[in-house]
Amino acid sequence: MESKEKILDRSYYKSLTRNMALIVIIVSFTPMLLVGGIIYEQFHVSYREKVYAHLEELVRKNKQNIDGFLKEKLGDIRFLARSFSFEQLSDEPFLQDNLTRLRQEFNNAFEDLGLINDEGVQVAYAGPFKLLKARYSEADWFKKAMMSQYVISDVFLGLRGLPHFIVAVRQNHNGKYWILRATINFQAFNSLVENLRIGKTGFAFIVNKEGKFQTEPAFDALPDTSFLDDFLKTDKRTKDGLYISEKTCSSDIKCIYVTALLKDGEWLMIYKQNSKDAFSELRNTQIIAFIIFFMGGLCIITMTLILSKGMVDRIAKADREKEMMNQQVIETGKLASVGELAAGIAHEINNPVAIMVEEAGWIKDLLEEEDFKEGKNLGEFQRALAQINTQGKRCKEITHKLLSFARKTDSRVQNVQINDLIEDVIGLSAQSAKYSKVAITATFAQDLPLIKVSHTEIQQVLLNLINNALYAMEKKGGTIEIASQLEGDNIVITVADNGPGIPKANLPRIFDPFFTTKPVGKGTGLGLSICYGIIKKMGGEIDVHSVVDVGTTFRICIPVKENPASPSK
Amino acid sequence: MSIANVLLVDDEVPFVEAMTKRLTRRELTIFTAFSGEEALERLKENATVEVVILDVKMPGMDGIETLRRIKAVYPLTEVIMLTGHATVETGIEGMKVGAFDYLMKPCDMDQLISKVGEAAAKKRRHEDKIIEARVKEITGRRE
Repeated sequence: MESKEKILDRSYYKSLTRNMALIVIIVSFTPMLLVGGIIYEQFHVSYREKVYAHLEELVRKNKQNIDGFLKEKLGDIRFLARSFSFEQLSDEPFLQDNLTRLRQEFNNAFEDLGLINDEGVQVAYAGPFKLLKARYSEADWFKKAMMSQYVISDVFLGLRGLPHFIVAVRQNHNGKYWILRATINFQAFNSLVENLRIGKTGFAFIVNKEGKFQTEPAFDALPDTSFLDDFLKTDKRTKDGLYISEKTCSSDIKCIYVTALLKDGEWLMIYKQNSKDAFSELRNTQIIAFIIFFMGGLCIITMTLILSKGMVDRIAKADREKEMMNQQVIETGKLASVGELAAGIAHEINNPVAIMVEEAGWIKDLLEEEDFKEGKNLGEFQRALAQINTQGKRCKEITHKLLSFARKTDSRVQNVQINDLIEDVIGLSAQSAKYSKVAITATFAQDLPLIKVSHTEIQQVLLNLINNALYAMEKKGGTIEIASQLEGDNIVITVADNGPGIPKANLPRIFDPFFTTKPVGKGTGLGLSICYGIIKKMGGEIDVHSVVDVGTTFRICIPVKENPASPSK
Repeated sequence: MSIANVLLVDDEVPFVEAMTKRLTRRELTIFTAFSGEEALERLKENATVEVVILDVKMPGMDGIETLRRIKAVYPLTEVIMLTGHATVETGIEGMKVGAFDYLMKPCDMDQLISKVGEAAAKKRRHEDKIIEARVKEITGRRE
């Protein structure tokens, strides 16, 4: 039953701890999560925007660069074609001269120059290859060039078998077209794009509408043709022809694509970078934030658990104390009511006992007459009567003790020096202590104030305690230490023995009337309850601490100032 | 010749009866009463009563009250109180009002007899003194 209650108690405190911890954790985590989440989201968005803007800017610049490069080269050739006539340019040394100048001017961007007539035959050539009289009538760029004023071709291998592209300008001479053609050094062009490298995976390349590379990509990065269509057809481009998007580029890696149209929409520059790489700083921040969040969370949880455990422990302690106090209150009430009951019973029993004793006495008187002197059972009769008398006296003793427990024998209240009183009591007990082989020692605090109590009552209390101790140590002997001291407004008397101690089960009951561990007939079980009654009446306290096999200590606390509640006679 | 004339007052009839028999056997002359009022009547009837054994706790007029009245009318009559309990207060109160002594119930017969003897002796001493004084007074007057 008791253990069941304990289990219930424990589960109650456990759930209390859990609830408290949960509430604290929820309350502290919710704002943390909200604030963290919002800030993270904001940061994430703005960081993404920043990265996009940065990439856009980069690509835009490069696009301008490339467009500028192409325009410039075209402009040069146009200038050359306009400045000189067909005849002048047909002169190979002259052409060679111009090429040399151009190369010097533009850092070897031009590879060669060629003059082509309307039939597609190269009539003059300057450059490292032997391409004089080469026929271009079937080449795409030639066909285009015949139709428009100028053309910049896609990159192709051509007759020389090396990747290059051509800038061609058409001019009219005597009703016939002629074309001035320049080959652009592929390396020079390629480096423009190749230099665009960011992070570990960011690179750029150029494709034409069919998806053929116009530059050498740094990595193997043939874009999906479907992407290409997307890039070409998208209408989300900014006004300067940029489009930025994020797509899954392989298995589970996401990539950012920034595309820009070049050469009036014929070419597409694609900048590609792994999202992971592009947002690596964001990722670092994420990791740091997560670590802080995790550690913080761990700290909160640990602290919450420790604190709520401590708190609940305190509550449990307070509960226990309250319960103990309640028990004490009940105890006091119980003792009081038992006292009244006992007094009533004692009164009622006393008279019949007196009558029985007197009647027995009468029989005894009669037995002394001559008639009975000869009776053979006379001795037995007398023994029985003596027994009745003895038991009657025992009853009397019990009832008298009960009555004195209920109604205190009010001896005169007087000023008592407690040390002298203890000394007296020790003197009274000295003889019986000697028989029990018990040494009684006393430690007195000096200059104790006088207390206004009944001399005999205190004596009674101390004698009771000493007698109990003597009885407990009857067999083995031991020591009794009596000490007096002043604690605040109270005089504290302790009576400590090193006897067998009181079993825990008996401890709560020792002040109960009729509770005794002595064999039947030896004790009334009233000694300690009388002590309790006396001390309580004085407004004092009496309590007991006992450890089995170590000893028992009674502690009496008597207020120095007269208790206003106690009757002062 | 009895040791003393005693009036035994208690509301418990069996107690009074048993005591009467025992005390009579010990050569006391016993008168009995079962209440305070009855005790006063007995005293009125029998002027020879020297000692009253009086129970403190009785219904109606209690021991202390009875004692007070007895002392008021018969100041020389000695009263021994029988108390049911060990409260010194009752004893002291009784003594203050003028009881000779008090005993606790159930009481030891020998103790009771000796107390009664003492009380009777005291009463007789007092009576003797009074008589002596009177005699002196009378003789003095004659002289």
